[in-house]
Amino acid sequence: MSKGQSTGSSERLLAEAISCVRGERILFRDLTFTLGRGQAGLLTGPNGVGKSSLLRLLAGLLQPSAGSYIAPETKALCDDRLALDEHLSLGQTLGFWAKLDGKRPADVAAAMKRAGLGHLAEVPVRYFSTGQRQRARLARTYLTDARLWLLDEPANGLDTDSVDQLGRALQSHLDGGGIILAASHIPLPIGFDFTLKLEPLEELEACL
Amino acid sequence: MFVMNSIGTIIWRDVRQSYASGGTWLPVIFYLSAATLFPFAVGPDRALLLQTGGGILWIAALLATLLPLDRLIQPDLENGVYDQMIVRGLSDEMIAAARLVSHWLAFGPPLLLAAFLASGLMGLEGAALGTLLASLAIATPALAGLAVMIAALTAGLKGAGALGGLLLVPLAIPLLIFGAGSLSAQGGSALMFLAAVSLLLVAITPFAAGAALSAVRE
Repeated sequence: MSKGQSTGSSERLLAEAISCVRGERILFRDLTFTLGRGQAGLLTGPNGVGKSSLLRLLAGLLQPSAGSYIAPETKALCDDRLALDEHLSLGQTLGFWAKLDGKRPADVAAAMKRAGLGHLAEVPVRYFSTGQRQRARLARTYLTDARLWLLDEPANGLDTDSVDQLGRALQSHLDGGGIILAASHIPLPIGFDFTLKLEPLEELEACL
Repeated sequence: MFVMNSIGTIIWRDVRQSYASGGTWLPVIFYLSAATLFPFAVGPDRALLLQTGGGILWIAALLATLLPLDRLIQPDLENGVYDQMIVRGLSDEMIAAARLVSHWLAFGPPLLLAAFLASGLMGLEGAALGTLLASLAIATPALAGLAVMIAALTAGLKGAGALGGLLLVPLAIPLLIFGAGSLSAQGGSALMFLAAVSLLLVAITPFAAGAALSAVRE
């Protein structure tokens, strides 16, 4: 089995027969799919089946054990890790990522507003509720210019209005030629071009 | 250009955070208390203090290195900050190099200041004081490098603090030998050897710590 890798960068997300082994367990195997500009893919499947690992793999944080993928150069990952400094105000800590991404303070304000956090800019992140934390993760994602958004349960902890707000942000990303791959068990209010259902492999093999 | 700007931004964030959280002053306070306790323990014999003071200040510097170990890498690793940097195209080595610089900026200068104050308690002055400060100035980048390497290696482990101490002390022995050795009358080229060891440790830190950061993601 050849060692997997990511090759080059492109306008599309293209996965070719990628497999992922974690802790001597095959999570998924031979996944092949393509997402072009303006397209969205939905990942489904039971807990622990490897949805998060697939997203982390495509973000470049894990190596595929086989197969290869091509991804746009600019990517944004929104997973359960906050990556924001708890003791700083939301505006300040988002400002750090804005600076890394070459953004201006006005962009930070716009991203917070899009995530419905405009009124909390001065509040330290440690006082945030679960839903507000989720919106802060989303604001960090909106702030990037990334072509590909990899979203791990983006609607977790969000109320109905916030889910609608998320839907609008996702739709505008797609309209601007962005690509989205999301794992979610909460229905997201956008049209997905395809659904990738991951199945637990061991059970499958036990049946054979 | 993007990389240099990013590294500058990361270093600035880390340094500001270290000074703002007060974590920077913990090693300094520890250092000064160790230096204060020593004359109480051995008595105020000036000749004895002059002879042993430099060595004690060196040991205290080594132990002060251990204090920030669990705050160097672990919090940002757990919080996904490094993940987000990798997604933005930075490499583990660059992250580790930035951490080395930012840790030294928050650790080296305050420690030198503390050593200057503490040397008064030992009665060190003149050339001896100069040599002590020079040896510490040469060694603090290496001590910062060791701390970053070991913090990266033990990040995510239970009891990382204690394990880190066990790992760091033996690795710092060459620094201690040449550093404290430079204080004696026959010090000679000890400072040169200290500089060589320090350069080596600083040079391998980004690669060793970077490898540890990438291994912990798997």
